[in-house]
Amino acid sequence: MKQIFKYTEGMLPVTTHYCPGCTHGIAHRLIMEVLEEKGQLETTLGVAPIGCSIMCHQYMNIDMMESAHGRAPAIASAIRRVHPDKTIFTYQGDGDLASIGIAEIVHAAARGEKFTTFFINNGIYGMTGGQMAPTTLIGQRSTTSVDGRSKELTGMPLKVCELLATLDGAVYIERVALNTPAHVRQAKAAVRRALDIQDQRLGFTFIEFLSTCPTNWGLTPSEASDWVKDKVIPYYPLGIYKQPEVDK
Amino acid sequence: MTEKVLMKGNEAFAEAAIRGGSRYYFGYPITPQSEIPEFMSRELPKWGGAFVQAESELAAINMAYGAAASGGNVFISSSSPGIALMQEGLSFMCSAQVPIVILNVSRCGPGVGGIQPGQSDYNQVTRGGGNGDYRIPVFAPDCIQSAVDLIYEATDLSQKYRNPIMILADGMMGQMMEPVLLPEPKYVPTLEELPKARPWAVTGTKKGYRNVINSLYLKPEQLEVSVENIYEKYREAEKELVKYETSGLEDAEVVFVAFGTVARITREAIEILAAKGVKAGLIRPISLWPFPAEAFDHLSPKTKVVISTELSMGQMIDDVERSVSGRCPVRLIHRVGGIVPTSLEVVDHAMKILGEYK
Repeated sequence: MKQIFKYTEGMLPVTTHYCPGCTHGIAHRLIMEVLEEKGQLETTLGVAPIGCSIMCHQYMNIDMMESAHGRAPAIASAIRRVHPDKTIFTYQGDGDLASIGIAEIVHAAARGEKFTTFFINNGIYGMTGGQMAPTTLIGQRSTTSVDGRSKELTGMPLKVCELLATLDGAVYIERVALNTPAHVRQAKAAVRRALDIQDQRLGFTFIEFLSTCPTNWGLTPSEASDWVKDKVIPYYPLGIYKQPEVDK
Repeated sequence: MTEKVLMKGNEAFAEAAIRGGSRYYFGYPITPQSEIPEFMSRELPKWGGAFVQAESELAAINMAYGAAASGGNVFISSSSPGIALMQEGLSFMCSAQVPIVILNVSRCGPGVGGIQPGQSDYNQVTRGGGNGDYRIPVFAPDCIQSAVDLIYEATDLSQKYRNPIMILADGMMGQMMEPVLLPEPKYVPTLEELPKARPWAVTGTKKGYRNVINSLYLKPEQLEVSVENIYEKYREAEKELVKYETSGLEDAEVVFVAFGTVARITREAIEILAAKGVKAGLIRPISLWPFPAEAFDHLSPKTKVVISTELSMGQMIDDVERSVSGRCPVRLIHRVGGIVPTSLEVVDHAMKILGEYK
């Protein structure tokens, strides 16, 4: 019988610790599938963040290192100096990247560092139990904004793709979502584009995944997907924010 | 080929790091060591290495971790407040067993403090300024040549122990010029040789197995084993890395304990005291951790008082008291704020203290 599907070798055959309906697992698999298709699993070095995905090195079947909270872009910048020939990525959540690590991501992008950042934006601190993130939407409830995030108290959510797109060192920036099968397919194509551009060493590449956190949003997995469609995508529009001139 | 040249301290430190095998430097400007990043930005590319000016000391220490964890030989430097910012990465690297060499060209504190020489980083560097159980071997040179020699050996030492190694110099040493003998450059593994030379490093799975460098252990039993493991290395370090120098202990009435620049001033003070007929000795700790407690076993019964001489309110004195262990009184001569005492000032203080025990 002809085999028509095989689980990617980029993922180790273990059960993840992620909650039901969380999209970390989908993002992991998309990245690893693309790396396998590109034949780069053995030559890829990854940096794991602090946050729910801190254990991603137990699932991704490549050489990896952990990072202190928010510092993954500094670490990846240095790995690039030692390993000019490897594929290098950071995998970071929104507390890690958009809050404590905002200096590191901005300066890595500004320097035009030749690695790819995969940014999981679920609008909340998942690992610590649902506190407000820089990306939490106005009106969204969290354990540190129980009446809903207020603009007067906490300002407005941070749009990271839009922010990084202002930097000349960033060459590819795209925001995708993981709430529908069509969006998942589009997300995989975006991962491939970013990694292909990294192969050309043109500059900094960045993919933001709008993700779900049913546990801390207080929603079922399907309600969480609807929330992404109705609330999250309208504030964080999908699309390519920056791409190399030649691709236009 | 070794060569003797006249060099500014900071530049000699950087040159020694390169000759000792370091190829990656990540830094943020801070007085009194900014000549080091300047030197590295010029020189490292010539050796096939790389320099990155980091956006902060936090980024610099984490860059150091990234390069070292992926197999590179890393040397970084900063000064006291910058070292404080780097404690996150130092604690992380001790836990994750990642080797780097770090130089602290210290200044006076607390807070932003001042830019003049100080030794008030003693506790920060010997006790571990970061969270958790860990140790960092710290060596304190007293002249540019001794700094060059210590830095030159530190890369191999850090790789052997898979732990950060710190050199504690001070602003005076960084800024002055002295003739130094530069040692021969050491061999550095190529990118192709890294998987074999650093089998623990994150270099890709082509080597036939998978490496993960981590400091998180969610299971208490695993974390306990990990901490016990790194302490096995530290117990070995306590036997192997103790370094000190003594002089005139046999018949000394007074014994000074001093490290770094202060040791040089104290040596001069001892000569002046000798001319006055006062026999004084010196214990100069070179390894500040592990502290050379064994040096104090050579104290003579004739010694009336031990004086810890420091550019701080008295930090090393805790280790001195622990090492003297009640054999005689321990007193302090100190200046802070960036003021370095003259040898005559040390002599005056010492005579007054000695007067109390005649």
